[in-house]
Amino acid sequence: MSLDLIAYAAFFLTMALTYAIMCLGLNVQWGQTGLFNVGIAAFVAIGAYVSALLTTPDAADRVGGFDLPIAVGWIGGALVAGLAAWLVGALTIRLRSDYLAIATFGVAVTVQLCVLNLQPLTGGAFGIGFIPRPFGDLAGDPLAFGLSNLALMTAVVLALYLALQHLAKSPWGRVLRAIREDETAAQALGKRPIRFRLQAFTIGGAIMGLAGAAQGQFIGFIAPDNYLPILTFQVWAMLIVGGSGNNRGAILGAVLVWGLWALSAAAVSAFVLPEQQARAAALQIVMIGVGLCLILLVRPRGILGASNALASLTRKRTPKSKE
Amino acid sequence: MTSTVPDAEQSNAPPARAVIDARDLVKRFDGNTAVAGMSLTLAAGEMVGLIGPNGAGKTTLFNLIAGSLKPTSGEIWIGGRDVSQESPEKRIGRGVGRTFQIPKPFLEMTVLENVLAGAQAQDGERLLANFLRPGHVRRQERLAIDKARTLLEFVTLSGLGAQPARVLSGGQRKLLELARILMADPQAILLDEPAAGVNPALLETIMDRVLDLNAQGKSILLIEHNMDMVTRLCTRVVAMALGKPLAEGTAAEVAANTDVISAYLGATA
Repeated sequence: MSLDLIAYAAFFLTMALTYAIMCLGLNVQWGQTGLFNVGIAAFVAIGAYVSALLTTPDAADRVGGFDLPIAVGWIGGALVAGLAAWLVGALTIRLRSDYLAIATFGVAVTVQLCVLNLQPLTGGAFGIGFIPRPFGDLAGDPLAFGLSNLALMTAVVLALYLALQHLAKSPWGRVLRAIREDETAAQALGKRPIRFRLQAFTIGGAIMGLAGAAQGQFIGFIAPDNYLPILTFQVWAMLIVGGSGNNRGAILGAVLVWGLWALSAAAVSAFVLPEQQARAAALQIVMIGVGLCLILLVRPRGILGASNALASLTRKRTPKSKE
Repeated sequence: MTSTVPDAEQSNAPPARAVIDARDLVKRFDGNTAVAGMSLTLAAGEMVGLIGPNGAGKTTLFNLIAGSLKPTSGEIWIGGRDVSQESPEKRIGRGVGRTFQIPKPFLEMTVLENVLAGAQAQDGERLLANFLRPGHVRRQERLAIDKARTLLEFVTLSGLGAQPARVLSGGQRKLLELARILMADPQAILLDEPAAGVNPALLETIMDRVLDLNAQGKSILLIEHNMDMVTRLCTRVVAMALGKPLAEGTAAEVAANTDVISAYLGATA
């Protein structure tokens, strides 16, 4: 019994960590650069589908199945999603925030409709199954399988976290912050805002693609329904709850919001009559919404928006001007 | 064969040792002409003051020279190159740094980081170099930090390096902006009202520093309303009104010019 519980916990955390990767990607775009991307689902979907195409065995009813190693699928998913982000960014990055949001939302809807309808490539509404899973040969032992995958995903998130922290503290990260704070002043210092924004958007997109690839490989099955706008909403909720601009906050937020999501799913199946459950599933979204409101009321900058919270404290203590 | 008409070749070449050479600049906004044919040169090592009543077009001219606006017509030459159509972020690479009338520090960054942001040709600003050549980036960053600290000392902000820039007063922000562009080693510095809203003690510091910089050979173009400051600092003063040049000379000459006096009194019509 308790072993089952551990296996479930490992599964739960592994899933949460795939969301943490998406959240880290969004944090590069929004938290560090201020790019309002409402098309997260598109880049996640691209990563998932590319990775699935690369790693599944040859399939009769669709293109590919190239049977390549899982690592190739992950890298390929990230690269293609990054390329897609670069293309989208090159066209839209000059737009102001609200227009960028509309444009990226349109891209997400388009990508979702594409994967739904490009049956020869994506398997259409039925999705792609039999995607090889990491440590698939351990699948007979749920505990070993779960823990191995958790270890792998933890290592990926940790490596990504360290790389992103390194970037945030680098001169590159400093320029991003400078541009976000005052574009005119940054330009006067020779920084090219468009170029840095596009780089951040591309990296964020690639990270989201990696998350899609990792998640698809972990579950072993992907379908267009996984990449509806609700996914974008979830990732945003995670980043806001955890603390935008903070990489640790992005990871924490993902685990918390995914926990709330899983908990509310369990509650719905436990307390709602079976024939009403499909409808009651909407309550999950309500719970995330309520959770989000609560966090924003108590900690407007998210749980780990700590540096900023401290900043506002010092602001209160320091007189506005000494003159 | 002699000719009284200056030949085209010669008029096209920039005057010797002119760092900035603005020619016949015109800037129109939706039918409003803010700058209506201004020419201005800044020679190497020179300190020029640009004065004029509000609405004279000083800041527009300044923005044209700094590249944040593009001229409707006319040319801007910097270091012997026509940069009229270049984007503003290229100016600093051409050796021209600017400050803003209302200072624009990066408020949530530390004072030291603000100055570091002025550094040019930092390989660490390339994404991949941070992973491919981390040692090189670190060494370069260390040198930049040393230089930034020296500059903070120069502008008397050395004790505040670790503070977020938003704790600085208005005058300190102006000094920070100065340090930030000095990080880029510009040949010419455009100062937009360095005295505005600055307390007298800090104003002395700013003036001292500007004089120091000029003594080090930097060319300086200064917009200022404070005539005392202009008189003390500038060897040459250009007065403008209604987008056009009005008078030019030493501060005393310009101040005594009747056109200038009537422009300030609002009698230009």
